[in-house]
Amino acid sequence: MAEFSTPTTEQQFAENFAQLKPVMNRTEALYESSRCLFCFDAPCIKACPSGIDIPQFIRQINSGNDTGAARTIYEANYFGNACGKVCPTEVLCEGACVYNLQEVKPIEIGRLQSYATTKAIKSGKKLFGPGEDNGKKVAVIGAGPAGISAACELRTLGYEVDVFEAKAQPSGLTVYGVAPYKITNEETLAEMAYLQSQFGYNVHFNSAISSRDELAGLENKYDAIFLGIGLGKTNELGLPGEDKINCTGAVEFIAELRQHHHEVAVGRKVIVLGGGNTAMDAASESSRLGAENVILAYRRAKEEMGAYEFEYDLAKGVGVKGLFNVAPVEITGNGYVAGVKFIRTETKDGRVQEIAGSEFIEPCDMVIKATGQAKQTEFLNLIPGLKLDNKGRIIANAHTGQTSNPKYFASGDAWNGGAEVVNAAAEAKLTARGIHAYLSK
Amino acid sequence: MPDLSINFAGIKSPNPFWLASAPPTNSGYQVMKAFDAGWGGAVWKTLGVPVVNVSSRYGGVNYRDKRLVGFNNIELISDRPLSHNLREIEEVKKRFPNHAVIASLMVQSRQEWHDIVRASQDAGADGFELNFGCPHGMCERGMGSAVGQEPKVLQMIVEWVMEVAQKPVIVKLTPNISDITEPAMAARRGGADAISLINTIQSIVGVDLDKYAPYPIVDGKGTNGGYCGPAVKPIALNMVKNCAQHPDVRLPISGIGGIENWRDAVEHILLGASSVQVCTAAMHFGFGIIREMTAGLEQYMVEKGFNTIYDFVGKALPNVLHWEDLNMKYKVTANINEDKCIGCQLCYTACEDGAHQAIKLNAGTRVPEIIEENCVGCNLCSLVCPVEQCITMEQTDSGTEHLTWKERTEAGTAPTEFEDEKAGGRHHWVPEPSAALGKERHKTLPGKARLYSGETEVPAGA
Repeated sequence: MAEFSTPTTEQQFAENFAQLKPVMNRTEALYESSRCLFCFDAPCIKACPSGIDIPQFIRQINSGNDTGAARTIYEANYFGNACGKVCPTEVLCEGACVYNLQEVKPIEIGRLQSYATTKAIKSGKKLFGPGEDNGKKVAVIGAGPAGISAACELRTLGYEVDVFEAKAQPSGLTVYGVAPYKITNEETLAEMAYLQSQFGYNVHFNSAISSRDELAGLENKYDAIFLGIGLGKTNELGLPGEDKINCTGAVEFIAELRQHHHEVAVGRKVIVLGGGNTAMDAASESSRLGAENVILAYRRAKEEMGAYEFEYDLAKGVGVKGLFNVAPVEITGNGYVAGVKFIRTETKDGRVQEIAGSEFIEPCDMVIKATGQAKQTEFLNLIPGLKLDNKGRIIANAHTGQTSNPKYFASGDAWNGGAEVVNAAAEAKLTARGIHAYLSK
Repeated sequence: MPDLSINFAGIKSPNPFWLASAPPTNSGYQVMKAFDAGWGGAVWKTLGVPVVNVSSRYGGVNYRDKRLVGFNNIELISDRPLSHNLREIEEVKKRFPNHAVIASLMVQSRQEWHDIVRASQDAGADGFELNFGCPHGMCERGMGSAVGQEPKVLQMIVEWVMEVAQKPVIVKLTPNISDITEPAMAARRGGADAISLINTIQSIVGVDLDKYAPYPIVDGKGTNGGYCGPAVKPIALNMVKNCAQHPDVRLPISGIGGIENWRDAVEHILLGASSVQVCTAAMHFGFGIIREMTAGLEQYMVEKGFNTIYDFVGKALPNVLHWEDLNMKYKVTANINEDKCIGCQLCYTACEDGAHQAIKLNAGTRVPEIIEENCVGCNLCSLVCPVEQCITMEQTDSGTEHLTWKERTEAGTAPTEFEDEKAGGRHHWVPEPSAALGKERHKTLPGKARLYSGETEVPAGA
């Protein structure tokens, strides 16, 4: 079933992981933008969490004002380029396009968005700048979509901003967690560099904030602290044999893949556990890395998977097989992964029940767990008075992002429990304004 | 099978499609290739004292993703020696004796006209087209549209030509004039056998935003050119109609202007043309478009039961009236097919901003609703609707009443004073001006983020 040979060079990797939404050329952008109807009160705008004025930027592209289009996009969403490529546009803007109702292909909004922003980034044109210095300082923890978006918005409002990032690169999920066929490292980092050059915030890499003392230091030095820390490592399943070699978390696997490309080894037969979008990514990526067999195992029926349909289609399209109504009970093997022992399940009254005596072993040499990410509760508990909900999510005001500790504000996955890049970008912008409102009192 | 052949003022042609006098008819090579492809005739690129052309020569109007919806040129008449052209005309006629080869001519003096008519007659041309239309370059030397704009001069030159012409003479008219029927009548008075129209319209197709010069640019400068292409069809159709309807013109008309497919040709014919001439489309897509044109025309004739072109020449003319003779009692109202509506709301904004505020939006649906009592039946919504047959204009009058402006004027019921109670608009619904404020839905705020509503103390994922 292998459709991809194992990539051994960067070029082969690039071929296997060819971009799903390649950047358009001028002619493509002209033709595609010509089709936009310029709807009133456009459904695409409403479907976009960041509320980009989509008909406006499409019309700007069509009239040759690509720079203006980039400005329209960035005014609403600082991850404009990345979102054009990584957003689930099929269920957001493009899913809302009125053409769908006429059985006509919706406008390729995502690609048009990337077209305009890529041009702006490449040109290095100055579109934005920091606001007038207001003498106040904000610390941002996490240089992911939430943190960087907050930093940009805070800079336009005149704050001095220091971003603290545990890893060596900015953009969080966008460079560590998104499938490589959605966006390249170069594209992601180019947008980050562009934003930093426009807004002038400081980023401290390899600077994890992890102790009470470090937090206290920030509390003393800054007027407000923005939490854009996202989620933690892959959840432990608590299965026997989970510690075997070649049993890995999807988050870690994808991060490794994004950083090391073709140097990442994958098993011959891979089992991916989970039914969410990350599971689809991990399965699809395994296949593109040359795995001969990739099985996606999910404890409920296919229809109950959390993943978007188009994501499952994408995985199926590269040869991934689905195995449904099975729950893993043990990772077998002697030191190395040799298989997964499953038990068959059925769903009764919405609850998954195991069918006694239906155990079987599916042999494999790699297991990828895409079963959700842990919350960073241990770290969050270091913040005095910070309330979390029963799922470990930060509780914060939905309009201002302010947490139960008034000095702390939050956005992104740590607050919403795990959503899209565009959600984090939109929330962070709102939260930055919440910080401004709070500090302007 | 219907018969596509025509006999246009004595010029016979296997079908009504001729190439207009222009770059595609610059040489025998091109004309033979065109005839070989299926064209019925060709008006040879204008003969005269050869010119020297500049480069570049063409300018285009692109609309969104469509190239050359309008086109212009600053090219002049033939820049090849007359003898070369005449020799090639002779060659073409030998090979294609039943196709129409018409010599387009443009010279100055009576003697020159006599000479060139005789010479092209001897070469075998089936007829002549006097180029009184060229709106650039030649008119400044007292030829082309300079003649077309002076009916008396035009008539005189036609008379000169008629003194020696033994083949049909067509006068090609310029649209750069307020009333096209004036030169048309002058052509008739001069004895011409037919007219052809329109020549190109004086134009500037665009200005280079960086070089600050009009297109086409010649060494950083430009000049006005002649406009043509699909964009000029509406102007051409109106002028063809004007000439076809005028009781003192009564000449066969060769329709020119924006003809790109069979439909365009049929429209020209329905308004009175009995041959059509094509240039821009051939320059854009090549001679091969003739296949679609003849096939389409033939299919149309089969479906309508027309045996010859003459069965429908001018068939639409009785339905083209003066405004004052239209029935003001006829009333249509817009109707939206809810099942077809895709909710783009273009009709809503068009009616709100561009018409009569007769469409409203309702909460819970994106399908707009027509406010029938406000609808004046203007047709704008159905024109902007991107879905075929979604908005239709339905007749809402009883069909029994008939009243025209002319009749109202005669009856003394038409408004005659500034504040006249009889004014039609008095009965329309017009909102108060201040009702306009605060209606735009998405005045996009810089960085407008999703607007959250409801609870304040919940995580977004809850």
